[in-house]
Amino acid sequence: MNWAGLYTVLSGVNRHSTAIGRIWLSVIFIFRIMVLVVAAESVWGDEKSAFTCNTQQPGCNSVCYDHFFPISHIRLWALQLILVTTPALLVAMHVAYQQHQEKKLLVMTGHADAKHMEEVKKHKMRIAGSLWWTYVCSVVFRLLFEAVFMYIFYMLYPGYQMMRLVKCEAYPCPNTVDCFISRPTEKTIFTVFMLVTSSVCIILNMAELVYLVVRACARRSQHHSNPSSGKSSFYGHKHSSEYKQNEINQLLTEQDGSLKDMLRRNSGLQEKGDRCSAC
Amino acid sequence: MDWGALHTILGGVNKHSTSIGKIWLTVLFIFRIMILVVAAERVWGDEQDDFVCNTLQPGCRNVCYDHFFPISHIRLWALQLIFVSTPALLVAMHVAYRRHEKKRQFRKGDQKCEFKDIEEIRKQRFRIEGSLWWTYTGSIFFRLVFEAVFMYAFYFMYDGFRMPRLMKCNAWPCPNTVDCFVSRPTEKTVFTIFMIAVSSICILLNVAELCYLLAKFFLRRSKNAGNSKQQPNNENKEETKQNEMNELISDSCQNTVIGFTSS
Repeated sequence: MNWAGLYTVLSGVNRHSTAIGRIWLSVIFIFRIMVLVVAAESVWGDEKSAFTCNTQQPGCNSVCYDHFFPISHIRLWALQLILVTTPALLVAMHVAYQQHQEKKLLVMTGHADAKHMEEVKKHKMRIAGSLWWTYVCSVVFRLLFEAVFMYIFYMLYPGYQMMRLVKCEAYPCPNTVDCFISRPTEKTIFTVFMLVTSSVCIILNMAELVYLVVRACARRSQHHSNPSSGKSSFYGHKHSSEYKQNEINQLLTEQDGSLKDMLRRNSGLQEKGDRCSAC
Repeated sequence: MDWGALHTILGGVNKHSTSIGKIWLTVLFIFRIMILVVAAERVWGDEQDDFVCNTLQPGCRNVCYDHFFPISHIRLWALQLIFVSTPALLVAMHVAYRRHEKKRQFRKGDQKCEFKDIEEIRKQRFRIEGSLWWTYTGSIFFRLVFEAVFMYAFYFMYDGFRMPRLMKCNAWPCPNTVDCFVSRPTEKTVFTIFMIAVSSICILLNVAELCYLLAKFFLRRSKNAGNSKQQPNNENKEETKQNEMNELISDSCQNTVIGFTSS
């Protein structure tokens, strides 16, 4: 299991995301994970071997390195990326559960042939009902994890800048010892780059949250003004379109009935109506 | 997630590119990314370990290396390649959006939708016209901008594209001025020049593609202007007929149905 494995898993979730969610996923994989793998890992590759202290005291190097770098940037970023991408799996699990329910329904109604089953697997779920809540939760968790890790970074490495020189007085170093970090400028550049992309991801997540909330409110107001359309379907678009078709059929039979009544009452007359509602 | 994955992602975009775009993508992957991975990374592999300064002062080597190489060539090239290849994803997103719309039309049972099944929609190649033309042109423009910016960054940081053999350093804690020697300077110069040359070829290909798209756009415009004078568009003819039929149906409908009171 490596980053490619994670990519495979999350690409499946991509299908049920919003457009902003897909952009977010692309930014994560191309500008964060890929940059981490192809560039940042080699910058931090020699961080311990090239960490030099101005002393020959054995053990001083190790102790000072451990004191100033409790956890390396690379490992922190790897953890951050894993935790930030995993809430999407909540959505994947919910979608799988809904698909399972749809398949059960198909079996019960006697439509359990291969074609219908395939369609259930392939069709895109609408983000409505309980799936909306799951999706919103996953976005909130993503935001939370991003913020927490950015704060941890700030606490551990104040100002996000990598110093060239650190002064160390931990035992067994004699008095105060100068220690020099390898490639501090390059590390600062990459830290700032990862920070910027993290901020971009936070903004995308907030935009997605706002979009989902606005969409839900719009849908709600549409339902209030048009109550006969009923609750949005739990079983995806096919069922709701059948529901709508049933309604249309009902209306047509009602109108047909009233049409026949009126024809009996006013057989000779022809008037131009307001609207041809049966058409 | 590595260069192979990027290749998979961009391979999909390739289907909707122009021929020049396909050549550009090939040059990018074979002459830049592949050279970076199989050759250049080895050359720069020991850049810090073999950066030797004429002093025993601890820390002097680190500081001097950091002073002369704020960001390594390899990382700059990696970032350049990532940034230069990502605008193509704008095109991929636009194509995916168009496909999604066509699938929606198909599912609604639209008469105008000319596809027999969803598979055909998935495999269809879109012509670069309309809004897709603008997206495509925008992506080429961004590619050009990123290439230029990175070439300038290179030139600015490393004072020309040559790797010197010797650097004189007097940053603290180095005592006075110290001679520092770079590892494999000639090989690094050769690869730097090679990557710059290929980058310039990519810029030329992008400029050519931009000119090609503009020329195609103006040609199509003049052809459309010429055609519309001679004969009405076939599509418009069909639409006009359909409109007439719809009117006739609604008229006959109104004549046969008696008005209802609205409920």
